[in-house]
Amino acid sequence: MKLHEYQSKQIFAKYGVPIPKGRVATTAAEARQIAAELGGRVVVKAQVLVGGRGKAGGIKLANTPEEAEERATEILSMKLKGLPVRKVLIDEAAHIAKEIYLGITNDRAARKPVMMASAEGGVEIEEVARQTPEKIIKIHIDPLLGLRGYQTRDLALGIDLPKEHWKAFSKVCFGLWEAYKNSDATLAEINPLVVTEEGQVLAVDGKMIVDDNALFRHPDIAEMRDLDVEAPEEVEARKYGLSYIKLDGDIGCMVNGAGLAMTTMDVIKLYGGEPANFLDIGGGASAEKVAAAFRIILSEPNVKAVLINIFGGITRGDEVARGILAAMEEVNPQVPMVARIVGTNAEEGRRLLANANMITADTLVDAAQKAVAAAKGGLR
Amino acid sequence: MSVLVDKDTRLIVQGITGREGLFHTIQMVAYGTNVVAGVTPGKGGQWVLDDKIPVFDTVKKAAETTGANASVIFVPARFAADAIFEAADAGVELIVCITEGIPVQDMMRVRAYLDQKGSRLVGPNCPGLLTPGEAKVGIIPGNIAIPGNVGVVSRSGTLTYEVLYAMKQLGIGATTTVGIGGDPINGTSFLDVLKMFEEDPQTEKVVLIGEIGGTDEQKAAQYIADHMTKPVVAFIAGQTAPPGKRMGHAGAIVEGGEGTAAEKIEALEKAGVKVAKHPEEIAHILNTL
Ligand SMILES: Nc1ncnc2c1ncn2[C@@H]1O[C@H](COP(=O)(O)OP(=O)(O)OP(=O)(O)O)[C@@H](O)[C@H]1O
Ligand SMILES: [Mg+2]
Repeated sequence: MKLHEYQSKQIFAKYGVPIPKGRVATTAAEARQIAAELGGRVVVKAQVLVGGRGKAGGIKLANTPEEAEERATEILSMKLKGLPVRKVLIDEAAHIAKEIYLGITNDRAARKPVMMASAEGGVEIEEVARQTPEKIIKIHIDPLLGLRGYQTRDLALGIDLPKEHWKAFSKVCFGLWEAYKNSDATLAEINPLVVTEEGQVLAVDGKMIVDDNALFRHPDIAEMRDLDVEAPEEVEARKYGLSYIKLDGDIGCMVNGAGLAMTTMDVIKLYGGEPANFLDIGGGASAEKVAAAFRIILSEPNVKAVLINIFGGITRGDEVARGILAAMEEVNPQVPMVARIVGTNAEEGRRLLANANMITADTLVDAAQKAVAAAKGGLR
Repeated sequence: MSVLVDKDTRLIVQGITGREGLFHTIQMVAYGTNVVAGVTPGKGGQWVLDDKIPVFDTVKKAAETTGANASVIFVPARFAADAIFEAADAGVELIVCITEGIPVQDMMRVRAYLDQKGSRLVGPNCPGLLTPGEAKVGIIPGNIAIPGNVGVVSRSGTLTYEVLYAMKQLGIGATTTVGIGGDPINGTSFLDVLKMFEEDPQTEKVVLIGEIGGTDEQKAAQYIADHMTKPVVAFIAGQTAPPGKRMGHAGAIVEGGEGTAAEKIEALEKAGVKVAKHPEEIAHILNTL
């Protein structure tokens, strides 16, 4: 789950990372009010969960409260990369002398957190990584030991940070590490971390992604979820324990197991079709779950056929079939349905479905071919 | 012969009194697996399966009393890391974790700790292990596979069943099937299992079922090119998966343009691996080797 800049920075601040004074506004009048309270120059920053807000015009300087109101009016009416801006952060403007990059993420291959710093702050770090990877200094953190003090000095040295800032930099490193660890983040990033003309080290931007699987122990963070960025069907799917991702094609898929669900999409494509979604219904196939899956798949008007691929294994095929039939009664789908069920009592399952006018298939290839034909109107 | 589990496996089930744990214990015992004990904290002293399997409060007690050498974990995600630590501290050699949804930072700590301890973890978020005709540790349906000479290793559950089933249709059996799981950080990699299959005299051919995300398949390809004498057939799921989206498995995600099916297939083909276009084709390719 992605957090907004203001949310990330609040968490960082809790762990001792200095951030600019500021607050979030949802209206331009509020923005003006906050700017007046802060006094002096402010930055008006769109709070949307996409990168590159500055480049897209979502971050503007304002010298007076009146200007802050104008900028906020503009930004609050924008869409950045398709997402509406509903909030702006009004932050005191810093006098920036230097912009640094500092971030922590999971290094999957090393199976450890990795902390990265670069003297090339403020720009897109992926760009730096591509063009001048030697400018990113990396240290791996032992997950059992945590960050060590000397490691923060290694980073400071690596990015040629003047010695007078080492102590403040180290404090930020530890704050970021604690924020990452205690929030179960998969990414915690400050870009840029600035050194001000007054000699302060300050996090003017913040970004965090939190591990969805760990939200059970962070109810405070779970509450920060912004449903704007998720397709409504994906939100609905999560409620039923379904894993759903919308795609562009016209063949709806309902499969048990993530690997098999991906494979079903691939095989549809292999035979000339386009999958409309990824959907893993997980273990079992209760009528309730199947019905929810049908509703979600069919809410997409593009869908011209549905392919159901269930590898029963221990679950009995006839039980799965009964679940599907009960769900069909409830949802009453109007597009052709192709079903393939494998497992114990699969034949009985197929017979039940065939009696209900469903197209049945023996193999995945057979099912995919039938679904592709059905979507093109060639099979009913 | 086989790898990791066989007739001599003496298994503990952690979370044996839970719904999943009990259901699959019944299935494992029916298959002939030697389940010697269960563990559920607070339920020590009880018995399950018609008083045939004793339940203990701790893994240590269970292992000491029964001489168990392996454990399978069916406890909820929030307690799973602790269950793995407990099994490792009790000296259990092989720990198989079925649980899905363990926080990734928990898994980083688990993996760092196990590397020091020397226990082997398979999973998490995996279907477990099946040595047809000998033992089943986990949730792979026993009836879909027959004994044979093919070693199977996979990141996925039902996709593996699909392949085992297609093999069985053609009369092709397996030595052992190892589900290494769909999480980004796991206990046993493709590479680890390939080495075991290469050394196992009964295994003559190998099936590798990978998917998008990470670089485990690429590392496997390097090992195959450099060291493997046995033929390998592979399938990679997720060719149509959009970048940046987690496809059900926590580990199945193309990040920063890395971990695509295309790059994995290319690496494997370069290493001389035959990559199937769909799961059933794996069985047909095996027949030609
Ligand atoms: N409080 C501030 N004071 C002075 N300058 C600022 C402040 N906040 C941002 N800036 C300037 O604006 C630039 C862009 O801001 P920021 O890093 O927050 O957004 P971004 O990186 O464009 O957005 P995203 O995080 O979506 O990629 C910074 O590199 C910095 O130069
Ligand atoms: Mg930035």
